[in-house]
Amino acid sequence: MGMTITEKILAAHAGKESVVPGDNIWVDVDVLMTHDVCGPGTFAIFKKQFGENAKVWDRDKVVIIPDHFIFTKDTHANRNIDILRQFVKEQSLPHYFDVGTDRYKGVCHLALAQEGFNRPGEVLFGTDSHTSTSGAFGMFSTGIGNTDAAFILGTGKLWVKVPESMCFEFTGTFPEHVMAKDVILNVIGDIGVDGATYRAMEWRGDAVMSLSMEERMTLCNMAIEAGGKNGIIEADEVTTNYVQQRTDVPYKIYKSDKDAQYIFKKTYNASEMEPIVAKPHSPDNKAKVSECVDVKLDRAYIGSCTGGKLTDFMAAARLLKGKKVKIDTFIVPATREVEQDLYKEKIGGETLVDIFKNAGAYLGDPSCAACLGGPQDTFGRAKDNQVVISTTNRNFPGRMGSKQSYVYLASPYTAAASALTGHITNPAEFIYN
Amino acid sequence: MNKVIEGVAYVLGNDVDTDQIIPAEHLVYSLSDPEERKNYGKFAMSGVPADQAGLPDGKIPFTENGQSESKYSIIIGGRNFGCGSSREHAPACMEIAGVRAVVAESYARIFYRNSVDGGFFIPFESVKCMVKEIKTGDDLVIDLNKSTLTNRSSNKTYELKSLGEVIEIIEAGNIFEYARKTGMIPSA
Repeated sequence: MGMTITEKILAAHAGKESVVPGDNIWVDVDVLMTHDVCGPGTFAIFKKQFGENAKVWDRDKVVIIPDHFIFTKDTHANRNIDILRQFVKEQSLPHYFDVGTDRYKGVCHLALAQEGFNRPGEVLFGTDSHTSTSGAFGMFSTGIGNTDAAFILGTGKLWVKVPESMCFEFTGTFPEHVMAKDVILNVIGDIGVDGATYRAMEWRGDAVMSLSMEERMTLCNMAIEAGGKNGIIEADEVTTNYVQQRTDVPYKIYKSDKDAQYIFKKTYNASEMEPIVAKPHSPDNKAKVSECVDVKLDRAYIGSCTGGKLTDFMAAARLLKGKKVKIDTFIVPATREVEQDLYKEKIGGETLVDIFKNAGAYLGDPSCAACLGGPQDTFGRAKDNQVVISTTNRNFPGRMGSKQSYVYLASPYTAAASALTGHITNPAEFIYN
Repeated sequence: MNKVIEGVAYVLGNDVDTDQIIPAEHLVYSLSDPEERKNYGKFAMSGVPADQAGLPDGKIPFTENGQSESKYSIIIGGRNFGCGSSREHAPACMEIAGVRAVVAESYARIFYRNSVDGGFFIPFESVKCMVKEIKTGDDLVIDLNKSTLTNRSSNKTYELKSLGEVIEIIEAGNIFEYARKTGMIPSA
C-alpha cells in the first residue's frame, strides 16, 4: 500500500520501512524551535528532569527565536528574555537570535524559513501551534508544549501518533484578487475548526504548486485552525530555489505515492475562489467578502506569521499606493528581513514604507505584536469594542487584546481595500479598476 | 493512581480555546517559581466570555477575586476543548487552580497531548456530550475502573471512553516517568 508524504517522513525518522495512520512511533527530531513565551518553562522542565548540568542532545538542532513579547515594558516578559540568554550561554547554543542585537529576527515561523532551518524531508517541532507553517517546505512540522519540548531537549526524540491524511487539491488558476489566506479560510470554513483534528492537511494541485513559498506558508500556517496536526506541500523547484539560497544542509525530497490512502479528498476549482473573511469569533465562521460589505470597521491590522510576509505587504501596498486609509491601519512586518525589504521593494518607484506612510498607516517593529493581544503596551492591541479587520490567524474572543472587540480575519488584499473605505471591501474593486 | 476522582463541576461549551483558558498577556509568569506560578491559578479561565462561564447560567467566575485556587475541580466541556495555541500554560493554570479532570466530548490535539505528557490532570472523553447534562456546581465522581462519570446531584451515571493507548503515560505520571519505566531514559 502506498504512503503519503507525511507517513514517509515519519517512517524514515522512526527507522521503519512503513507506517500506517494510528501507529504510535518514536521519531528522531531534526530541529526543535522555542521562543520567549515557552522557552523559560521548557528549560525549567529540562533541568528538573535531566539535571541542573544536563546538556541538550544536539546544540546545532536547537533554535531559539524570541518574538512574542519583545517591545514592551512588562518586567516579567523582559525577565523571560534574560532566561533565554542565560540558557543559551550555559549550553553554548549557536542558533539564538537575541533581542536588541543585529541578530534579532522576529516571528519564529518566518525566521525559521529565512534562516534556512526549513528543509524538505525533515522533522521539526516547535513550542508554538503555528509551527505547522514549515510544512510548506515538504517537511513534517507541528506544535508541542513545554513538556514535550523539554523531552526532546534531553533525548532528541518524541512519540508521535501517525496522522491520517486529508487531501485538498486545487486545479486551474486562482483569480488575481484571491490570496492563499482566502483559500485557507475557505477550507477551514468547509471542514470546521475541528475538521482536521489529529490529521495531516496535504495541499496538492497545479494551483497550489503555482504559489510562492510565502503563500504556501500561509496555507500550512493555519492548518492548526482546523485542528490539524500538520500542513504539508511536496517540495518542488520553487522550494529548492528558496532553500538553497539559505542553507547548505543536505535534504531529502519525499512525495506521496499515487496509491497513498487519504481519509478525505476534495478537489476545488481554483478559478472559482473568492475573497473570504472569518467573522467573529471563530476562524471557521466563513463568509464571502461580498456578503459583509455593510460591516463598518475601526481599524485594520496587517502582520503576523500568517499575514506579515513580504508578499502580504506587496499586496497591501499595491492597493494603498497613492491613497489614504480611512481607519487606523497597523503594519507589522513579521521579521527584520521583511522590514528591510519594505525599504527596498518599490511599486511605481515608491518604496513600500513610503507607500504605507503616505497612506497614513502606522508602522511597527517586527514581532508577534497584537496578533495575540499581549501585554497592555503592545503595538496595535485591540481596545474596547473595536471592530478590526486583520490578516492574522485567530479571532477567538479577546485574542487581539480586548474581550469586547470583534475581529474579522481576511487576506492582505481585503484588509488593505477595507482600510481605504472603512468597511469590509472586496479588493477586486481596486484591483480591476 | 487514584481510582476515583471526586469534585465540583464547572461547565463550559464547545471550542474553548487556550486564549480563553489563559489570555496571552498572562503568559509571562514563571511556571516554576512557587509563588509567581499562583498567578496562573488566579487568571485561569479569565478569558471565557461571561455568558459561557459556568453553564447553564453563565457569569460564574472560575476563581473568586484574587484567589489562585478554584472550588471547581472537574471541568465539563463540549467539542474541541483546548483548541488554539500550544501554550502549556493552559493545562498548567488549570492544575494550579486545582483541576483534577476534564470531561469533554473531544479535544484539540496539542492540549490533549500537553495534559497527558505533562501529567497535569486526566482528559476524559465522554461518549455523549455532557454540557447539557451537568450544571456548574454539581457534585461529580469519576470512577476510573468502571470508566464512568456519576452526577451525584442528579443521581445519573454516564459512560466515559477508554483512555486508550495513553493510559500507560497517565499511569506513569508523565512522559518522563513513562520513558524511565520503559528504559528509554535512565532512572533518576
